[in-house]
Amino acid sequence: MKLAFQIAITQLLAKLSQTIVAMLGVTFGIGMFIGMISLMKGLNGFTDDLAMATTPHIRIYNDVKLERTPLLEEIFPNQMNLVHHQKPKNERKDLKNGFQIVNYIKNDPRVLGVSPQLSTQVFYNYGVVQLNGTISGVDILQEDKMFDLQGKIKAGGLQELIPPNDCILIGKGLAKKLNAKVGDRVTITTPQGYTMKLKVVGIFQMGIGAIDDIKSYANIATVQKIMQKDSRFITEVSVKMKNIKESGVVAKEYSKLFDYKAEDWETANATILVGKVFRDILTFAVSFTLLVVAGFGIYNILNMTIYNKMKDIAILKATGFTSGDVVRIFMVQSILIGLVGSVAGLLMGFGLASWLASIPVDFGDAFSLTRLPVSFDPTYYYIGVIFGITTTALAGYLPSRKAGKIDPIQILRG
Amino acid sequence: MKEVVLKADKLNKYFYEPTKFQVLKNISFEVKKGEFVSIVGKSGCGKSTLLYLLSTMDTDYEGTISMTGEKLTGKSKNDLAKFRNEHIGFVFQFHYLLPEFTVLQNVMIPALKLGKFSKKEIEEQALAKLALLGMEEHAHKLSSRLSGGQQQRVAIARALINNPTIIMGDEPTGNLDKKNTQNVFEILKNLSQTYHQTIIAVTHDTDFAQNSDRIIEMSDGEIINGESAK
Ligand SMILES: Nc1ncnc2c1ncn2[C@@H]1O[C@H](COP(=O)(O)OP(=O)(O)OP(=O)(O)O)[C@@H](O)[C@H]1O
Ligand SMILES: [Mg+2]
Repeated sequence: MKLAFQIAITQLLAKLSQTIVAMLGVTFGIGMFIGMISLMKGLNGFTDDLAMATTPHIRIYNDVKLERTPLLEEIFPNQMNLVHHQKPKNERKDLKNGFQIVNYIKNDPRVLGVSPQLSTQVFYNYGVVQLNGTISGVDILQEDKMFDLQGKIKAGGLQELIPPNDCILIGKGLAKKLNAKVGDRVTITTPQGYTMKLKVVGIFQMGIGAIDDIKSYANIATVQKIMQKDSRFITEVSVKMKNIKESGVVAKEYSKLFDYKAEDWETANATILVGKVFRDILTFAVSFTLLVVAGFGIYNILNMTIYNKMKDIAILKATGFTSGDVVRIFMVQSILIGLVGSVAGLLMGFGLASWLASIPVDFGDAFSLTRLPVSFDPTYYYIGVIFGITTTALAGYLPSRKAGKIDPIQILRG
Repeated sequence: MKEVVLKADKLNKYFYEPTKFQVLKNISFEVKKGEFVSIVGKSGCGKSTLLYLLSTMDTDYEGTISMTGEKLTGKSKNDLAKFRNEHIGFVFQFHYLLPEFTVLQNVMIPALKLGKFSKKEIEEQALAKLALLGMEEHAHKLSSRLSGGQQQRVAIARALINNPTIIMGDEPTGNLDKKNTQNVFEILKNLSQTYHQTIIAVTHDTDFAQNSDRIIEMSDGEIINGESAK
């Protein structure tokens, strides 16, 4: 085996330029694989993070029930009733025992944070302009713990929302439209006609235009006042899990326990997930193709090498090398090409990823993104090396076996 | 009586391209230990073909070949490779060396494959064989940088490295001048007389043949003369 190794290395070094070309084939394949997958994974991660930045793992709310038994049916259960185009009852849309639910969930060891909230549609008034939007009353500390609000504050702060002052935290896009700065007062009006002046204490940016342009946060009590509801009134409980994968199971459990709709994020974002799966499939398909192309390159070069080395193979066999020895010599060559080529490919992939990560991008206010998002997950580097070596070994096997089968007599006859 | 190291029994071989024709016809002979045998005959009479059969590399024939008392006909290719490595040293008609390796490496490779001695010992032995053929000063040159005659002498050194029972040469002195032919002949003669290594050499050189122990003369795939020593 040591001898096979020495012969292999001597032959590789003797045809250095050919060897380097073969290695570059692998390097290019692996490098592009890693570069591409880093970018795709970075983009996927970015969109996931964006989606998750504002999405609770579980939302518990009072779903409007359309299918209720008609009153008629309850009164005359034994006769045939026909109720046409039934309308929903004017039910309260709050969670009746919302704070009890919050307290219960708080003690669940699987949960990272839980936040009660209520939200309503409002108009923001700016002179004669009325802007449509929503306002959420939240426990700002819980909300911060779950969604890192602090990190998204662009001006002002969120401390003033802790006591029930008439303060408000508004989205960046909204602030721009309202021409409002920290310290300014904005007037809001509810659909029911209630009007109130609130002081802007902070401006946040989630990075999603659809949120930054319409949303604002206030203390729970403030929003209860705006909605003219009592201090127990909340419409929604959002939950963040320690392990996101448990969301589905826990959501079902809560749904049964509290008898309210408990929706996990996967159900709520099914379309995003489908897109993600497709992107992953595409990434792998393209990367796989690159590696297969690299494999063909190696196959070709090794085939050529073996063709040029027929005489040498015949001599080795004549002096007592077995077919197995010859196969080993060429397998060592292809695996060495694969190994060195793959490692160089890792460096190239890393370089490519670093370069991509340094490209400035500008999506305006729609996304808060200054550079291309690139993943540096080492998993793909492992996959790259393993795939690189496997492909070269496979690509080298057929020509090597052919070399082993060469009949020395045919060549030595000259 | 000296023991028989090589026994060929009723060897027949056919080529099928372009048309079927018989190259070797019913060839039987024995070679004793330490014998120096020359095979002569017209070009195309089947000398190389016979030697390839004896070298165990060509297994496509009828009849049986035995060496050192072992029947080789029917053995697997791997077993034959091992046997070759240990017992047969071969010098080809068209002197073949591995071009990417140095002269010394070329000579060492069959011994490294055999693995009987340490690398250092093998190197010493290889240098000794090269010295025997007057090639030691070229030991560290790439073998592709040598002249034809020099390469042939290196190939002979390589054939000797494992101290094989039988040394086969297909015109081993074909590329050498008078002086070197004489030298190689002396070396082979010495090996057969002192170390009782058996030599079978195909040659067109009548002096070379005349001075060996025995001449086997072939014509059209048959042995026409050669049962007795000179
Ligand atoms: N692969 C082959 N296919 C068909 N015929 C062959 C093949 N190899 C050799 N022959 C024929 O077999 C005969 C014997 O060839 P061989 O090489 O043994 O001759 P030789 O005695 O060694 O001649 P030389 O002295 O020129 O080397 C020749 O007629 C040759 O044309
Ligand atoms: Mg010949």
